[in-house]
Amino acid sequence: MSQLWWYIGIATCVKLLLIPSYHSTDFEVHRHWLALTRSLPLSQWYSDKTSPWTLDYPPFFAFFERFLSLFAPLVDPKIVHLHDGLNYTAPTAVYFQRATVIVSDFCLFYAVHRLGRNLGPMARNLIWILVAWSPMLVIVDHMHFQYNGFLLGLLLLSISFLMEGRDLAGGFVFAILLCFKHLFAVAAPVYFVYLLRHYCWGRGIVRGFWQLFVMGTAVLAVFAAAYGPFVYQGQIQLVLRQMFPFGRGLCHAYWAPNFWVFYILLDKVLAFMLRKLGFSIEAPMASFTGGLVGDMSPFAVLPLVTPLTTFVMVLLALSPCLIRAWNKPQRKSISRWVAYAYTCGFLFGWHVHEKASLHFVIPFAIVAVQSLEDAKHYFLLSIVSCYSLFPLLYEAQEYPIKVLLLLLHSLLMWLGFSALYGQIEPAEEAVIAKKVDGPYEARISQGSARKREFKMGSVSRIYFFGLVIVEVYGQFLHPYLLSNKLPFVPLMMISTYCAVGIMYSWIWQLRQIVGSVS
Amino acid sequence: MEKKKKRKVEAADAMPKSSEANWQWLVHRGTRPVFLVVSLFGLLIRAAVSLHSYSGAGNPPKFGDFEAQRHWMEITLNLPPKDWYTNSTSNDLSYWGLDYPPLTAYQSYFHGLFLRFFDPDSVALFTSRGYETYLGKLLMRWTVLSSDALVFFPAVFYFLYVYYYGRKGRNTCDIAWHIAMLLINPAMILIDHGHFQYNCISLGFTVGAVAAIFSHKDLVASALFCLALNHKQMSAYYAPAFFAHLLGKCLRRRNPILEVYKLGLVVLGTFAIVWWPYLHSSDAILRVVSRLAPFERGIYEDYVANFWCASSILIKWKRLFMTQSLKLLSLIATVSTFLPSMIQQIRAPSGKGFLYSMLNTSLSFYLFSFQVHEKSILLPLLPASLLARDEPFLYKWLTHFALLSMFPLLHRDGLTLPYIVLYALFILFFNTMPGSKDLEVGKSSAAFRYLIGVALLCSFSLHIVYLTVTPPKKYPFLFEAMMMMLCFVQFVLLAIYSNWKQWRLSEDFTKSSKEKKLL
Repeated sequence: MSQLWWYIGIATCVKLLLIPSYHSTDFEVHRHWLALTRSLPLSQWYSDKTSPWTLDYPPFFAFFERFLSLFAPLVDPKIVHLHDGLNYTAPTAVYFQRATVIVSDFCLFYAVHRLGRNLGPMARNLIWILVAWSPMLVIVDHMHFQYNGFLLGLLLLSISFLMEGRDLAGGFVFAILLCFKHLFAVAAPVYFVYLLRHYCWGRGIVRGFWQLFVMGTAVLAVFAAAYGPFVYQGQIQLVLRQMFPFGRGLCHAYWAPNFWVFYILLDKVLAFMLRKLGFSIEAPMASFTGGLVGDMSPFAVLPLVTPLTTFVMVLLALSPCLIRAWNKPQRKSISRWVAYAYTCGFLFGWHVHEKASLHFVIPFAIVAVQSLEDAKHYFLLSIVSCYSLFPLLYEAQEYPIKVLLLLLHSLLMWLGFSALYGQIEPAEEAVIAKKVDGPYEARISQGSARKREFKMGSVSRIYFFGLVIVEVYGQFLHPYLLSNKLPFVPLMMISTYCAVGIMYSWIWQLRQIVGSVS
Repeated sequence: MEKKKKRKVEAADAMPKSSEANWQWLVHRGTRPVFLVVSLFGLLIRAAVSLHSYSGAGNPPKFGDFEAQRHWMEITLNLPPKDWYTNSTSNDLSYWGLDYPPLTAYQSYFHGLFLRFFDPDSVALFTSRGYETYLGKLLMRWTVLSSDALVFFPAVFYFLYVYYYGRKGRNTCDIAWHIAMLLINPAMILIDHGHFQYNCISLGFTVGAVAAIFSHKDLVASALFCLALNHKQMSAYYAPAFFAHLLGKCLRRRNPILEVYKLGLVVLGTFAIVWWPYLHSSDAILRVVSRLAPFERGIYEDYVANFWCASSILIKWKRLFMTQSLKLLSLIATVSTFLPSMIQQIRAPSGKGFLYSMLNTSLSFYLFSFQVHEKSILLPLLPASLLARDEPFLYKWLTHFALLSMFPLLHRDGLTLPYIVLYALFILFFNTMPGSKDLEVGKSSAAFRYLIGVALLCSFSLHIVYLTVTPPKKYPFLFEAMMMMLCFVQFVLLAIYSNWKQWRLSEDFTKSSKEKKLL
């Protein structure tokens, strides 16, 4: 227990020190929501246009902001002033808002504690390092500014309930999570299939339907609590329109490293080649590198991608996992499936933010502490994903911090994994097999000694090396060689390079899910 | 695996504690990865602290130490070395005139080059006074960060390597803890990366010198220590210890005079190189020297927890005595208090005794010398941190009160949050000490533990009171004075204890040599 508080203490100390660091416009977004929910009646929350940062999260998050806004006037009433508070960044506002993120992280800590208590001591240490000390969370929540730690805490809480076999509680918490942030809905099909099969199916018709009824009631109650007030006000359409702004375009200004990066690049290459061959290809009106994306098709050659296309693609990518979940609804696999679902959503989704990579990296940590192969994969995945977040902090002041965070965490992961999975010299293998008894035997029998060592393969090493080259080029060589020309190239390189890693991860995860015998 | 298991079993036998097992994952690959982890964490903490405010931020016309350092870069970059210490139209010595030895000036010059490369305005002559931009601050912060990483960190690595090399029963957990104590030293981080100074350089050279002494490279040690002295004259706090220890060692050699001669040559050589631009005339040397000894500032400043300031409540030193006689008084007091420690080192030089001696002499200087600043507590803190593995309680106690004694200063700089956080980090790391359960405190009497509790409670409530209560109009510095008194008492007690410990070593020394003779 004291160990646990130690991890929390160190994490909190680092977060507190980072309070004056750069914060993005999301800081103002959340500050405005505090003011909005405090100053206006519920009926105007989703319709108010005082600031361009209109409320676009589901109602529970609005309630959460409303709750936080209770404390804000104690610190500084201007924080929650609807008009005077616009773009207010006085130290009081910064300290208050940063503190809310730090405190809300305790939800994450509780979830990690629940997940860790059934594990061995080393695995428990490791899951604390992987999740509570995640550099990605520090970068996104405590520097860039968001509340992902809290939301992921709910997700992990739900997973921990499912892993303990408490399906109803798991489903209930997941429903709550969906009412906090609807982006988490990508995993809803997995939850639906799993809960239907594991909680309701195969228990006889009466009992099955009863269970279905109970689960349905619980989930519906959550949704009613969230959306009920807005239905009552006759605003449900407005709320939904705010929550799903499909006008935003396929990609974010900085491309999240996903499948669409390749699609755009292929389009550019094809357009270039066809032009060389003499075809007249019009340059698209909207461009991806300019930032804003309008209604025009941004593609020169390839067909337009609509939200529906992305939706179908996500579902298609998910389907093998859903079939597996239906056939073998095992609770130990749930975190793997959830992580896979978010990977699919990240790769093929509409207007994906690079921050969404948190959604699969964090749940995958639970898998990583359970098998060596997954640990190796996690090592790669988390470094790539963390690196893909670097462009979020583009100012010079945070540069050493983000690099140090990533290096430190990689080193800790390496130490932790290699301690967890032992280091067995191939030569000693035979000796151990004879001499070691008891718990060690069980460990050995899982695989040969050579396999059990935590060591990165040569492909991964080359990939990491490439990562360093991309970073060095983007940060130092590019500004030096081309000065101000082609400023988007370093970002494009990071996107593309990380997209390769995450595509690989998707294929790897898919293979693990489909290929797993047990 | 076999080996590892054995090692584990041994470790379990030696220290059957769960705390050991908790850190096995961190140390199972040996010392080097741990050092790397702690260094990276230390750098992260430093980089994060450097996001915060610094001394004199946005406070014209004089600003603070940050502006002083920047101004030195401006001066050294734009003027020839011979004019650095001279008052002239282009170098107004009353505005943060250079008052550190030449090595600081050279360091300022090189850092100035770095600043000029990225932001020429930040070091332009005259126009850059009070230059406080985002980029300017960042570049300045990076110079400290890089100095720390390039001087202090390697020195610590060198020290730990020689300190634990060949020690019986050395335990990676112990070393890991000691690394954390040395690299995550809250007082040093706050002063260098918060308040803004370059103590990491002079202290780094000192650690290097200590390490050289432990590896019996006395000539290297004296050269390194001369560099430390030439970076900050405050390093002279250690000079008696170095002098006594090296002399004591020389006297035990076959040809003492030759050894002393060699050391003297190295010292003079190092000084000659560093002072080269000023060696052309005694006038120039004197000009620099007079800048280094700011006697006009009075016997103490602000509320430093030393003898003069503490006793000034009863005896108004500044009113009763002339500066001249105060100088003499403080000299006598300082010398007489560090003399026993020196004698011990001359009679029985030993590695550990040397560290105690460094602590004792620097404490005497801190407590009794002329013109001491709150920040000078960093100097006694360094040998205490080097001794941390043998004297954990002493180190902890000194850190507690060193931090308290600097709290008003850091609070003024707007560093309250980093102060609290680093204090917490220190406690978190300190308590991971392997075998912390059987600390001397734990075994000591109830009365002692009670006293410790009272002192800590006093310290804690003084922090709270200082932050929340406005002092009475009649005594605006009441709380500062109370903090100063509390710290002064603790420092005196620690000085007595560590002097006693040093002399105890001497008893062991004579005993063991007698036993040898008997054999």
